[in-house]
Amino acid sequence: MGDRRGGGANGRLALLGRLIDDEPAVDGSLGVTAGRLERLCTVLARVLPASGAGVSVFTEGRIEGGTAATWGPDSRAIEELQHSLGEGPCIDAFTSRRPVLEPDLLGRGIQRWPAYGPAAHAYGVGAVFALPLQVGGARLGALGIYRAEPGPLAALTFSQAITFAEIAVGLLIDGQDADGGTVSGVDDLVAYRAEVYQAQGMVMVDLGVTLSEAMARLRGFAYSDGRPLSDVAHDVLAGILQLNRDTL
Amino acid sequence: MPVFACGRDRTMIAVEQLAEVFVEIADTLVDDFDVIEFLQLVTSRSASICNASSAGLLLADAHGQLQFMAASQESVKLLELFQLQNAEGPCLDCFHTGTAVVNTDLDDAIERWPVFAPRAVSAGFRSVHAFPLRHRKDVIGALNLFGTETGQLESHDVRIIQALADVATIGLMQERVIQDQKIVTEQLQGALNSRITIEQAKGALARSHGISVDAAFELMRDYARRNHHHLSDVALAVVSDPAVHPELLSGRPTPPV
Repeated sequence: MGDRRGGGANGRLALLGRLIDDEPAVDGSLGVTAGRLERLCTVLARVLPASGAGVSVFTEGRIEGGTAATWGPDSRAIEELQHSLGEGPCIDAFTSRRPVLEPDLLGRGIQRWPAYGPAAHAYGVGAVFALPLQVGGARLGALGIYRAEPGPLAALTFSQAITFAEIAVGLLIDGQDADGGTVSGVDDLVAYRAEVYQAQGMVMVDLGVTLSEAMARLRGFAYSDGRPLSDVAHDVLAGILQLNRDTL
Repeated sequence: MPVFACGRDRTMIAVEQLAEVFVEIADTLVDDFDVIEFLQLVTSRSASICNASSAGLLLADAHGQLQFMAASQESVKLLELFQLQNAEGPCLDCFHTGTAVVNTDLDDAIERWPVFAPRAVSAGFRSVHAFPLRHRKDVIGALNLFGTETGQLESHDVRIIQALADVATIGLMQERVIQDQKIVTEQLQGALNSRITIEQAKGALARSHGISVDAAFELMRDYARRNHHHLSDVALAVVSDPAVHPELLSGRPTPPV
């Protein structure tokens, strides 16, 4: 069942982050965040492997969303199907706040999504897996993973997919700020420290902003201060540090 | 109630008490139940049924890291002991081997767990037990019991606590869909994210009211109980749509959604 220690997950996060940083951009016209997300999809498809991948972003409280980045043949069209049809794995993952794993798109997938299922299958998709891009109560979007062959994701592959989703969350959060760090600079996302989450809630109240913006401010402060996020969170909890609108 | 470790001074757990606990737990497994509340009930009943002073439950995430989910009482001190077990401790051992770790005297466990054991001792504990949450061949987490006295769990007690751990697994998997591995994965991920939301809401409430995160948890739990809401739903509203529960966040301007 894989490496039990935190080092394994953090090691993988750093490794995949470096692969994404080193990946040459395909479409130079994309913005910073969209470009990084596209490279993430490219690396994901190669590493897992998958025939395609896409990131969709949604506005909190609504299922209308848009495609932020994709990789793979027809993957933008496949990702867009969900937005035009109003149903599909990414929408379900976003609304249910859980992964949606459908290894048999032509079978159960069609019962689940009567419009999306056949349409995606027409593009050669046999299995779809969607992961919510979220941290607790903060939701940003969903990561869609497409395979031509039906069949489940192996446990290790799922674990890798979760790491890609965590990196995508970091990119989307940092994208709210003008300039985040590099992908491999993403830190502490798998630390799951209670203190980091508690600090996010505190900063949300201190600044009167949304939870995802509070996460962006905390991460931005940690980057600019050159300190681990867990240190900054500790200071917020201890009352040593209180972010205000002038802190950044 | 006097606090002492499982099995000490007694021969067995009272049958009547046991029956009540299982009925109470079964009653919570309705269609629309809150996973975190359910696990909290399992931990608090596990602690009381064998007179352990504290109990907690950890689940493995997709990376195989053990994440804290629920405890008989929520305190920063106790949370640290659970969080620490990502690196070492009875839950990690139990998770690796799939077998229960019982009757460990913490004073004798310094070599085995050089960081965890001294911390647990300084938190006032003398004994520790951990029981696996088993789903087929996999171990998905562990139930952790702490006692303030050293003590011996009888084999009879061990079977009962293991049964409680098995009930926790069944609740997590919602028995009717237990055959499907992909649904197991989906459920676990959903439960793990609910716990993160609770921590975020603790922080928000602590700041809104100028209280500790432990007190913030009590406030949120009591509010949920009083108003017959699920704890996870209240926590989610606190961080995503605070206007839903204005009285819970009173006294401060509510953040925009």
